[in-house]
Amino acid sequence: MRTDAIARTKPFVFLACLAPFLWLAWDVWQQTLGTDPVAQLEHRSGDWALRFLLVTLAVTPLRRLTGVNALVRYRRMLGLFAFFYATLHLTIYLVVDLGGFWSELFVEIVKRPYITVGFTAWLLLVPLALTSTKGMIRRLGRRWQLLHRLVYVCALLGVLHFLWLVKSGEKIAVREPLVYLAIFVVLMLARLPWARWTAALRKA
Amino acid sequence: MPRFDDIRIAPSDITDEAVYRDRRRWLKALGYGLPLLVAGCGSNGDADAKTAAAPPTGKAFDNVKRPSPYDATDPQTSWRDATSYNNYYEFGTDKDDPAKHSGKFKPQPWSVEIAGHAEVTGTFALEDLVKPTDLVERIYRHRCVEAWSMVIPWVGVPLADVLARFKPTSRAKYVAFTTVARRDEMPGLAYGVLDWPYREGLRIDEAMHPLAMLAVGLYGRELPNQNGAPLRLVVPWKYGFKGAKSIVRIEFTERQPPTSWNMAGPREYGFYSNVNPAVDHPRWSQRTERRIAGDGSSLFGNRVATLPFNGYADQVASLYAGMDLKANY
Repeated sequence: MRTDAIARTKPFVFLACLAPFLWLAWDVWQQTLGTDPVAQLEHRSGDWALRFLLVTLAVTPLRRLTGVNALVRYRRMLGLFAFFYATLHLTIYLVVDLGGFWSELFVEIVKRPYITVGFTAWLLLVPLALTSTKGMIRRLGRRWQLLHRLVYVCALLGVLHFLWLVKSGEKIAVREPLVYLAIFVVLMLARLPWARWTAALRKA
Repeated sequence: MPRFDDIRIAPSDITDEAVYRDRRRWLKALGYGLPLLVAGCGSNGDADAKTAAAPPTGKAFDNVKRPSPYDATDPQTSWRDATSYNNYYEFGTDKDDPAKHSGKFKPQPWSVEIAGHAEVTGTFALEDLVKPTDLVERIYRHRCVEAWSMVIPWVGVPLADVLARFKPTSRAKYVAFTTVARRDEMPGLAYGVLDWPYREGLRIDEAMHPLAMLAVGLYGRELPNQNGAPLRLVVPWKYGFKGAKSIVRIEFTERQPPTSWNMAGPREYGFYSNVNPAVDHPRWSQRTERRIAGDGSSLFGNRVATLPFNGYADQVASLYAGMDLKANY
């Protein structure tokens, strides 16, 4: 793929990434969020935060698989959208859900493992978003890559956050978060240097 | 300030079914183009279907005695919300599953087996158990363990009146309720979410308390399948899951009976499960709840403080005098 193709498709990818937000906004406007609209808003914004985190993590394996290194140029946008949906998710929880009961927040963050974990994931995303500019990448040099490995932790915490909030903690209710966990594991395994290992194995 | 002494839904307040359906169709036509932009968005695309449960259906009861001194004065939940947002895992675990997947369920004819430590036992037809002439309406707050709540006008009879007719003996210390389990009519049973059939239980003094009722209807009409047709338990000071639905068996027992959610997660769901803001679920707070009432679609201002015994402490707290409610959650 020529590099300018990436530049040309970027606006479309941007719009596609924004679509879940527009869709959510439409449902709010039309009041088609159902009986418990707050829960719907929380679930959908949270789902998309997690999905974008995983899509961002898929860039590197996809790049290796296809050999199209230019794909990496989408990565910052995808990562920032993950941060966007995570922030939306947190804002909905704080402003819409907890509205009027903010004193509960501190109790919740400390006492509720799934909220502790979710909030931590968002906090860890903040420095990644702040250092996503070209200037920061240049200034941080090698440390930038080290810092941005935090995204693995964020994704894992995001999955845990989902896994721990389901009602029964067993069987059917955990199916959906387990799918996300499986995708996360696959994306992490894909990062291991399989090619080098098989080569080593062949030599031996 | 409007008063909420009598805010039952008058027939004139209910949106005409044709108008309602037409509006849904219109929204669908407009809204469904957008999700197609993003592949794999379908999982959340049925918010619309969620709200599209049928308008008031079912046979209306006449001669329902009302009002009751126990009636809650909080703004009521709409019929639509109360019948389209349900936990009834035998029909599926999503909130809209019961309304969507309970169409095959046949609540008529119905009979209930009465067993255990009572002078009168046997199998009784629903009409003999709950006489149509004895029906009362009770507007109760309904608090789910998941921290949402509704305000619902139930139609039924005090549980105590029904149980007393069977003359429980002195060995009857508890009452156990069993929900029907019909695999061909209840698709959720195919999944081992809980140990079917669904079981619940009360201590005998709880069961005999005047607030506990056996409901056969809501909003003046027969219970829809998704709400536990044709006969369900309503215990307003306890979390909603204590209210066993579609009851086929009532047994007087000497020992505390096993109960479904308690078996699934003993640390999370106790036998008593009284609504208690001071005892959190291990994974979430029970100090507040999201009230689904009035205009259920409003985004703000739904959160309210949860009250001890769901606001029925004056009536029921004495049942638990001297008991450690933190240990007996």
